[in-house]
Amino acid sequence: AMDTDLSSQDRKDLDKFIKFFALKTVQVIVQARLGEKICTRSSSSPTGSDWFNLAIKDIPEVTHEAKKALAGQLPAVGRSMCVEISLKTSEGDSMELEIWCLEMNEKCDKEIKVSYTVYNRLSLLLKSLLAITRVTPAYRLSRKQGHEYVILYRIYFGEVQLSGLGEGFQTVRVGTVGTPVGTITLSCAYRINLAFMSTRQFERTPPIMGIIIDHFVDRPYPSSSPMHPCNYRAGEDNGAVYPSGEDSQEVCTTSFSTSPPSQCVFTVTKAHFPTPPPVVTDTLKVPMMGLAFSHQLSSFRFSYQPAALGVGSADMGYPVLFSGGLNAAHPHQLIGPGKEGGVPPVPSQPAHGTQADQERMCTPLDGVHYSAATPSSSEDTETVSNSSEGKCASPHDIFIRKVGAFVNKPINQVTMANLDIPFAMFAPKNVELEDNDPMVNPPESPETESPLQGSLHSEGSSGSSTGNTHDDFVMIDFKPAFSKDDILPMDLGTFYREFQNPPQLSSLSIDIGAQSMAEDLDSLPEKLAVHEKNVKEFDAFVETLQ
Amino acid sequence: SCALSSRCCAPSGAAPAMNCRAEVLEVSVEGRQVEEAMLAVLHTVLLHRSTGKFHYKKEGTYSIGTVGTQDVDCDFIDFAYVRVSSEELDRALRKAVGEFKDALRGSGSDGMGQISLEFYQKKKSRWPFSDECIPWELWTIKVNVVNLANEQERQICREKVGEKLCEKIINIVEVMNRHEYLPKMPTQSEVDNVFDTSLKEVQPYLYKISYQITDSLGTSVTTTMRRLIKDTLAL
Repeated sequence: AMDTDLSSQDRKDLDKFIKFFALKTVQVIVQARLGEKICTRSSSSPTGSDWFNLAIKDIPEVTHEAKKALAGQLPAVGRSMCVEISLKTSEGDSMELEIWCLEMNEKCDKEIKVSYTVYNRLSLLLKSLLAITRVTPAYRLSRKQGHEYVILYRIYFGEVQLSGLGEGFQTVRVGTVGTPVGTITLSCAYRINLAFMSTRQFERTPPIMGIIIDHFVDRPYPSSSPMHPCNYRAGEDNGAVYPSGEDSQEVCTTSFSTSPPSQCVFTVTKAHFPTPPPVVTDTLKVPMMGLAFSHQLSSFRFSYQPAALGVGSADMGYPVLFSGGLNAAHPHQLIGPGKEGGVPPVPSQPAHGTQADQERMCTPLDGVHYSAATPSSSEDTETVSNSSEGKCASPHDIFIRKVGAFVNKPINQVTMANLDIPFAMFAPKNVELEDNDPMVNPPESPETESPLQGSLHSEGSSGSSTGNTHDDFVMIDFKPAFSKDDILPMDLGTFYREFQNPPQLSSLSIDIGAQSMAEDLDSLPEKLAVHEKNVKEFDAFVETLQ
Repeated sequence: SCALSSRCCAPSGAAPAMNCRAEVLEVSVEGRQVEEAMLAVLHTVLLHRSTGKFHYKKEGTYSIGTVGTQDVDCDFIDFAYVRVSSEELDRALRKAVGEFKDALRGSGSDGMGQISLEFYQKKKSRWPFSDECIPWELWTIKVNVVNLANEQERQICREKVGEKLCEKIINIVEVMNRHEYLPKMPTQSEVDNVFDTSLKEVQPYLYKISYQITDSLGTSVTTTMRRLIKDTLAL
């Protein structure tokens, strides 16, 4: 019933965006759990196959799995796309680590421009996903996989199932994008109760010969029963190739219009090029150095060759202004490069080449299941066993994270352990704070002399040794310029107030003074002799004071 | 309100609302962790605030290039982050962060300081006035350098700072997700007032990096002593 306001072209575009967004989301998540560093190159000229203007490779089997799970549907209310990341030890124990959920709710944003704003926000959301996938606990686990465990993924569509994550799991929201048909939400629920896992003990054992990325349709069995059967056999000539449906060849050419601002031009074209014949690649490579990479993935290097540009490099100079001073008011300024470099020439678009490369690298496999890790070596290795629980350096220390962004802590507790002062100070919602915020409204520079100077000479400082006094100067309130009271525990004002009236030196009090005076008088001749010896040094020092 | 659109509601040509969005992050790190921690935060912000290169065509349409990304592992922190694939941008940030780190280590510093990343728009003014720089987003990272006594403390610090940075990344992403004011997408003649078009591979919004070292006394100890002695002798 909500579709009447949306033009049919917009609706088609929106559906396409959501579909490809879902596919790219899966790619980002799975690639972030492969255990290796990802690197793709920027290309100043659009290649036409980079959805959302981001260079995210498509691992064909992952796309295939995702499409299978979606079965032609799109995320909708009650129908979420979930990517489940789990860990499986060489002994067959497995544990769910994370569930990434792409959901749709009913909250619609009718005003939003589909082919412009929605598209750009989906791009931003993918960037956020790239960032967030590196900060959940499973990332570090996945980087160390191969020795005693592997990381697996599973895609399903439907209702989100979080029960496998154990108690007290945490949720992090990656972001949301409003669309005319609903709001897309991307989030991750992750386990924090990793009681029997510790990354430290996974150092000593030889690698398991197995596959990093595995996937299976049904839920994994918690016991050590055999994994889902696989059809992969090393070295076999297998002619099957992933079905390249017509939409796997769709390229996305986007162009945006700025004048008039409301007009957006968006075209999606289908590139028709023949499916390359399947190529059989090498036999299973024995994993080296304990890194068990799957056959397919090790041959699938993320090489990205955009067209070269003949643009001269900008000359960037960095003038640095330095000024110190009592108030440290002048920031050291580096001017970032902001000069015009002009728009580089647009070379021809190698759109089809990139796409075709990907398909050629696809390892032909019959079906999508790999051999489970059935290492004969596991019996020989002393590895993870239940008795090792006691040896675990408490993994809670490693993996427990607070995901409370807006927790306000008392400022005085500035210790390394809980130094956590997020954006409360400058939240734009609180107008009051913003008005007091010197970043937004810088305090006016004092017209009179710096209050610090004045107050050093005020009658309030009885222990002052400067000797200059302005007896008529009475200090009412002390607010040194450019000094904030409420961030640092000890700022200029507080410092001054605290040390304004220091206690008398004990040596100046009568009783103690008398005692030590006698001692001093006795040692005086000795001291004088020493000083006379060093008279030249003292003279030199006095010279420097002139 | 403007929340739903990435364009400012004000009529074109008028300055955007003067509310510069400001976010503050705080970290306590060991000296050798300063650079990596700063780079992680700055790169994460710039990942979200960079687009592909614009290519303007006829009739005011434009297409956008592709942004690549790569993982960066930290050596002194148990942490990894993603940055855009642009060596020029990485060099620029490393240079700024290097200077900040040196200043933090310099004399007169208590090991406290802050580095700021400001996004701004340029507004051309007529002669004799120079162009205005109007900030629309300001990220400030306050740093407190701690000194650790032994290797065990350092190991714990590696992990703790890694965890803290994870929280900061989540915070940054939360802010980015608010979809608040972003400069309107510019026409070809205006693009250099909004974006930094000097890089080869990516196009960040115009930005400035500056830093400040917090110095509670303002001057070094030796100079103060000299001044006091001088004043005393002058009596």
